[in-house]
Amino acid sequence: MVSAIAILRMPGLFTAAMISGIYSLVAAVVFLVMDAVDVAFTEAAVGAGVATILMLATLAHTGVRRSQPVPFSWIGLLVVLVAGAALVFATFDMPAFGEPLAPIHMHVAPRYLLESMAEIGVPNAVTSVLASYRGYDTMGEVTVIFTAGVGVLALLGRGRRAPTEDVKDS
Amino acid sequence: MVEQIGVFNYWIVIALMMTGLYVVISCRNMVKKIIGLNLFQGSVFILYISMGKVEGGTAPILASDFTSYSNPLPHVLILTAIVVGVATTALGLALIVRIHDRYGTVEEDAIQNLDREV
Amino acid sequence: MGHHYVLRVVSALLIPVILLFALYVQFHGDFGPGGGFQAGVIFAAALVLNALVFGLENTKRVVSPSAVRIGAALGLLLYAGVGVATMLLGGDFLAYSVLAATAIGGQHLGILLVELGVGITVTSVMVSLFYNFAS
Repeated sequence: MVSAIAILRMPGLFTAAMISGIYSLVAAVVFLVMDAVDVAFTEAAVGAGVATILMLATLAHTGVRRSQPVPFSWIGLLVVLVAGAALVFATFDMPAFGEPLAPIHMHVAPRYLLESMAEIGVPNAVTSVLASYRGYDTMGEVTVIFTAGVGVLALLGRGRRAPTEDVKDS
Repeated sequence: MVEQIGVFNYWIVIALMMTGLYVVISCRNMVKKIIGLNLFQGSVFILYISMGKVEGGTAPILASDFTSYSNPLPHVLILTAIVVGVATTALGLALIVRIHDRYGTVEEDAIQNLDREV
Repeated sequence: MGHHYVLRVVSALLIPVILLFALYVQFHGDFGPGGGFQAGVIFAAALVLNALVFGLENTKRVVSPSAVRIGAALGLLLYAGVGVATMLLGGDFLAYSVLAATAIGGQHLGILLVELGVGITVTSVMVSLFYNFAS
């Protein structure tokens, strides 16, 4: 939470990118505390590694060091307060944290946990769900990653014109 | 300790989410908007994972010593979402680099002014 | 490069260990945390570290940009190929049980190949992103 507010107030962009890396690391620790070991692994590697590197590379390309200070936005505050109030109102119907009888644990999850050893023989339930029970979704996800790679290739690949050429033309 | 948390953990997540949303709406600089979007994404991940935790359970790796596991389904969902999130962040940052090439700035209102002049 | 000595020596020692760890995570995804995505990102992180410490040109000589482009498509092709292979062998799309003599053996083989495909694509795309952003 502290890091989130720091990102908001910080005019230095380099610092903001670094703090977002810290935010990802703290989120990874939170995932670990909540028994999500695979997710913590991935979030630490991706958030604190790749995402931060890409942001720093963008800052190096565009050469901006500081952003303008954040103007106080009434519309922003209104949207945030209304949306936040609606969400808090919605949480009163949600099950308490960690409750074993919540609806999310009732339908498919026990079947996956119980049958995973018998049907697939893999101890890691997350891998068995990801690669076998929900393998089609994982294929779609790999396609999304591939498409993003192709998109960045198309945008930044070869034939980037020098900056300020276009601005002088118009 | 876990019994007294109740629904309080969701409120923390909502606070993080709203901070991210405010950064996206109010900041003029585009790189900061993308960082705000990352904030928002991270808070949504924490929301899902906290919904999947079972009190007294352990990580969903089946072993003979444990009987109670946390729900593996949110983990699968969020694993996918994290990698897709970094892919879209990369695409957004590439767009920012191109916009900077074209307009010479990444401040949103300066770009709108330049568009209006043309 | 005198004042970067410590960085170069430590990285030269660490990068092979990181690559080995990535391979371990890839193939032990069945028994512990890990699997394709984690392994792919760790592998890419090792290559990015190499590029940061030893220069982008050196890394491009080791893993050329065209190899990375081919790798991205190859991973996805492997994944879809396993699905088509299961269809050709008589089962549904991506039903791994028909791949080997026993159902559980088929599942193991299918998951191994599929995670390999995922790992290759994730590595290639992350390295390709870094190459595009860094030049």
